Formats: sequence, structure tokens, C-alpha cells
Amino acid sequence: MSSQIPVRQVDPNTDGPSDNKKNKPETVELYASRKKIYVREVKGLFQRIRNVSLTALMGMYFLFVWITVDGDPLIHFDLPAREFHLFTMTFFPQDFFLLAAMLIICAFGLFFITTLFGRVWCGYTCPQTVWTFIFMWVEERIEGSRNKRMKLDRAPNSPEKMARKSAKHAAWLLIALATGVTFVGYFYPIRDLLGDLATLNANGWAYFWVGFFTVATYLNAGWMREQVCLYMCPYARFQSVMFDRNTRIVSYDPNRGEPRGSRKKSADPEELGLGDCIDCGLCVQVCPTGIDIRDGLQYECIGCALCIDACDSVMDKMDYPRGLIRYTTENELEGRPSKLLRPRTFGYGALLMLMIGAVVITIATRVPVELDVIRDRGALFSYNNNGWIENTYTLKINNMAEVPRDFRIELGGIDSARLLRGQEPVQVDPTAQRSVPVVVEVNPEDLSDINTAIIFRIEALDNAEITDETDSRFVGPRPR
Amino acid sequence: MSTFWSIWISVIVLGTIFGCWWLLFATRKSQTTDTETEKTMGHSFDGIEEYDNPLPKWWFYLFVATCIFGLVYLALYPGLGNWQGLLGWTQEKQWEQEVQQAEARYGEIYAQYGSTPIPELSQNGDAMEMGQRLFANNCSVCHGSAGRGSVGFPNLTDDAWLYGGDPDTILETLHNGRQGNMPAKGTMPNMTADQVDQVVNYVLSFSNRAQDEQAAEAGAEVYAQACVACHGADGTGNQALGAPNLTDDSWLYGSTYEWIEETVLYGRQNVMPAQGDRLSDDQIHILAGYVYSLSND
Repeated sequence: MSSQIPVRQVDPNTDGPSDNKKNKPETVELYASRKKIYVREVKGLFQRIRNVSLTALMGMYFLFVWITVDGDPLIHFDLPAREFHLFTMTFFPQDFFLLAAMLIICAFGLFFITTLFGRVWCGYTCPQTVWTFIFMWVEERIEGSRNKRMKLDRAPNSPEKMARKSAKHAAWLLIALATGVTFVGYFYPIRDLLGDLATLNANGWAYFWVGFFTVATYLNAGWMREQVCLYMCPYARFQSVMFDRNTRIVSYDPNRGEPRGSRKKSADPEELGLGDCIDCGLCVQVCPTGIDIRDGLQYECIGCALCIDACDSVMDKMDYPRGLIRYTTENELEGRPSKLLRPRTFGYGALLMLMIGAVVITIATRVPVELDVIRDRGALFSYNNNGWIENTYTLKINNMAEVPRDFRIELGGIDSARLLRGQEPVQVDPTAQRSVPVVVEVNPEDLSDINTAIIFRIEALDNAEITDETDSRFVGPRPR
Repeated sequence: MSTFWSIWISVIVLGTIFGCWWLLFATRKSQTTDTETEKTMGHSFDGIEEYDNPLPKWWFYLFVATCIFGLVYLALYPGLGNWQGLLGWTQEKQWEQEVQQAEARYGEIYAQYGSTPIPELSQNGDAMEMGQRLFANNCSVCHGSAGRGSVGFPNLTDDAWLYGGDPDTILETLHNGRQGNMPAKGTMPNMTADQVDQVVNYVLSFSNRAQDEQAAEAGAEVYAQACVACHGADGTGNQALGAPNLTDDSWLYGSTYEWIEETVLYGRQNVMPAQGDRLSDDQIHILAGYVYSLSND
């Protein structure tokens, strides 16, 4: 970390209790209310990059829900049927460890990226950022620029203010509604959902969740905004364990900028004893979390780089070189080279590759069938007319593929074991489970104990690799 | 619950709620706003002091609301000893309600097969999958998942039927159940040990398994006196009475000398419970189809 932690001056007389409480100086408000942040719109390289990522992500979110393959949705989390259709693959609750593995991959991916490039996730891809930026864009279109918005908020109620405010909230709610409907559309095929919602035929829960996600989107992106990042998101709070001197961060270059001060464009800063920072405050006005990047690295910084865009535009106007605020590292700020490859990079990278490899192998070698064997509990065993011993089992065959399959049942573990019921192949519907009672007979001479291991094996007729086996017990009389 | 325990529980529950209530208000200071005062608790540890501030309002009222919720809940639902609650809620009522809901929901599915003739039903794959599930839940405890029975529980997959395997008889058996009763020593209570040995050998001779040919011959006379009324002169039984056929390979209680001797000596009592008041007519119809399919592939 830098050698000096910047100190922020807090003046108790101006920042403290309001006037009417000055008579009672012993009480102060415990609750600090939010100061509304008026973000100034700015154009620049990083804002353009974000527009691209934002368009791509929103495009995927709003389009994928409509895509169908052979009449089935591309992504469909079918909760009532407990089937999760993802890109023509079907997953079941027993595959949930894959979800855990995916989450671990996401976590390591985030750590890896954070170590190298700081909080690019927050700045460019986090849904909180993406939706907040969309809402801010709408706000700017309807209520006008930062100054106009501040003036509008200070102004007394008027028909125009009401009109603009209600137009803004209506637009926000509309976007939020589209978001909510789309989200629910991943759980309830979107075409049916829209039809059912419109004709009031949808399940009550569908209305609830559409409403919930609409309201949550509206509140998060419209009202909560940076408070989610500052007070709710844990990632901001543990960024310091992933950052080091070589991590790319959005930073102001104090060596170049200080001492800051306003000056005429024609003036020579060196003569005035000033640095390159003209203290215009644009970097503060454009910051969506309301911080001053010149105070150094702060947990509030989501790395959106709006201040870079703002400062670059000012530097251009002043004919100073760009990059007074830039993506840099602590090492670079101190004039040392920064390294991309370092133990952390390798550590996180290796773990990431390991997990991705494990998941890819697991999915690639996944056998879409599962066999469970349940021994009858009512009777231990019975003799049949040949004097052989019978046991009854229920096989539960779970076909996890999207096609119907025929399975052959085979026995192992006891030489003379024969199927009395269950010789014929069993057909199981796509993504369905079927229970098959089977009866096994065994020559009592084969049994050396009252309880012998027996193996059930099923094999698909069309593909010998689609197979599963489970062991159970065969019970007989005590051998004499 | 006895009156003592009822009072014991009520006192503890209500005492706790009102205790919390008292604690909340007793510790609440005269301040009614979320303000910080300079007043401290008066103790200091290494210079660290603790302010004496009230709970935030939202928090305070949340506690109050919790107490009120608790009291309302205890008034409406049984929670205080023997108090039944104003809503009259019981576990049984809820269970019955859920059973009704399930019947309303699944009844239609069963009803679609209610009028299909049983032999035709037994060929219907969907209905038979339903039947298999009904059988697994209601019948397999005794008859086994595969319907092959065990000692004392008939095998449903063969052609031997105690009461008959035609659709109507299966339905009758399922609806009303069966009471099987073989008296000890048949209709000849004063049978001697020798006569028991003879009649057992005679019964074994029906399926050519007699151990002692002489005894078997002598047994014919005992059989005529003790067994013929139900099992018939030729030993083929009587389905009207549920008397088993003694000439085939199907034995409900075992086919060896020892098993049959035990049967003769002590008799057999057996019950098939009636399903008519447990399952709906449509369910029984499907089950009958499934049982029929077991031996009529």
C-alpha cells in the first residue's frame, strides 16, 4: 500500500447536526441518511467499452430466453419437474455438485481477474452496474444533465417536474418489468408465460416472482444504486486480500497532479508551482459511488473508469498528456515496473484450470443413467418349486437423457443368479424414472452365508457405454 | 395432558412473553428518537466506555410486534397446554384436508380407466404403470414388489387361485377382503397322531410326493372324513370356500411333510384385508387390472 493514507477532513460544524439541534450540542443523529449522488454523464474510451459489454450482456439476457432448439427452450430451469435444461443438456438435482463446482470456478475466476486487473467485474459486467447505468442513461434522457437534475430536485413541485419524474419512474418500471418477466421466463417458458400473464391464467407464483424481480430491479438500480456496492456487497470488503502492488487499479497520479489548483489554460503550471490537476472536480461529479479518486484507493471504487474518461477529456482541453487518472498499479505509481506474472497469478490460475478441467471431464464422461436397487422388506426370501431361493428387488432406472432408451438388466456376484422377472429390456422415457420389480433366483448351493453380495447392472441396448451398476444383498437361509 | 402440565406450560410461555414485554419497556429510556447522548453506562475498561443509548425504533417495535404476534398465534392455535385455539386447527383436520385435495387432484386420473374392462385395462401400459405404483404402495408389503408372495401370502403371478382369478373375483377380493380358515384336523377333531401321519402322506400323494405309500393308502379314509368337505374328493379344492387345490405345485404354507403336518395339526387362519374403505373404486379397478396382468401376460 502507499506510504501515506490520505486523510479526509471532517468538519463537525458543517457536517454535523443541523441548525435547530445546535442548541442541544450533546445529541447527534445516529443515522446518516444517504446523500443523493448526481452522476454527470461523460463520454470516453472506457464508457464505450462498457457500452459494448453492457449491450452484449443485456442482449444475451433478453435473447437467450427466446431461443428454442427443436421446440425446447435453450435454457429452462424446470423446478416442478426438477430438470435443468442448459444448452441441450439436462441436469438433475443429483448433479448439483456441478453447480457447486461452477460456483467455485466463478469465484476463482473472479479472484484471478481481480488480482490481475482489479475490479473489472464491478465496473463492466456486474448486473448492479449494468442496470444502474441503464437507469442513469434513462434519467439523463428524461430529466436532463446533472445540473438540470439538481435544479429540478430543488425546484418546488410543478406540472413539469411531476411529468418528468413520473415519466422517469414509468420508464424505470418498464425496464424493471421486462427484466422481471425475462427472469421468470428462464423458469417458465417465456411464450407460455407472456400468454398466461396476459390472460390472467398464470400460476400465482409467476405473478409474485415477476412482481418481486420488477420491484427489486426498480429499487436496486433506481434507488439503492451505489448503496448496494457500499453496504451490501461483500466483494468490495475483501478486495484488499486480492489486491497487491501489481494489481491494476483506477488511480490518480499524485506525483503528476499535486499540488492541484485552478489555472488558465495559457498559464504555465510550473511557474505557478502547480501539478497537472486543475481541480475541476469532474472526476468527483462523474463518480457513481460519489468518491474522490484523488484520495487514493478506496473500497467504494467499483473501477468503472468514468473518472479516467472525465479526466482525459479535461487533459485534452488543457493540452496536457492524458492519464493523470489511469489504470495503473501501485508499483508503477512509485516508478517501479509491475509484474503480470507472479505467484498469485499462477496460484489462482492453476486452481482455476484445475476446477475447469474437473468440470469439463465430469460433464464429458457423465453417463446419463442411474440405477438404484431397493430390496423388498416384507419377505427376506422364499423357496420356489425348483428348491431355489428367490429374492425380490425393485430397480429404479433413471434415464437422464433426452431420448427414450431400452435397458438390459444383468446380474453379477453370484454365479447361478438368474432373473425370473425382468429378463425383457425395460424402456424408460426421456428424463424419466421407472420402477421395475425383478425377481432373482439362486441355487442354494451357491450361498455360503445368509447374506451375499449381488450386483445389478443395466446397459442401454443402443450404446454399451451407457451403463450403471449398483450392489445389493441376496438373503437366503442359514447354510447347513 | 393433565391440568398441572397444562398450567405449567401456559405459565412458562405467557410468563416469557410478558417478561420480554416488561424488559423491553423497562429498559427503554425516556428518549423516543434515535439520538445519541453523551450519557455512558458509567463503567470504563482501559478507557473504553459504553454509551447508554436506546434501541433503534425499528428494532424496538420489531420486538413489540414479535410479542403481539406470539400472543395472537397462541390465541388462534393450540399452543398453551390444553387450549384448543380459536381456529379449531388440528393436525388431523389438516391431514384430512390434504387427503381431500389429493383425491380431487388425482381422482380424475384414476377415473379415466374406471369403466375400461379389466382384461383390456391389463394391456394398457400407462394404466399398468399406475397399477404398479398402487400395488407397490398398498400390496407389496405382503405379496412382494413382484407379486410373488411368500409363506402365507399367495403368489399372484401363477395360475393357482384360492378364490378364482377372473376379473370379478379379483375385484371382489380387493373390495371386501377374504377370511381364510382351515380348522385344526379339519372336520375330525379327534384325529390321532397316526391318522395325522396317514392323511399327510395321502395329501402328499396327490402330487406324487408321499413318503410312505402304506400310510398314504390308509390316509384316504381319514381324508374322506376330515378334509373332503372343503378340498373335495380329488383334492382339487373349492374356490367358493377358498379351499386350496392340493394337487398342484402351488403351496401357500410349504409343500414338505413338516409343513403339511403343521397345517393339519394346528389349522391355518389367514386374512386378506378389505381395501374398499381405503382406496377409491377407481383405484381398486386399476389394481385389479394390474393383478390380472400379473398372471395373464
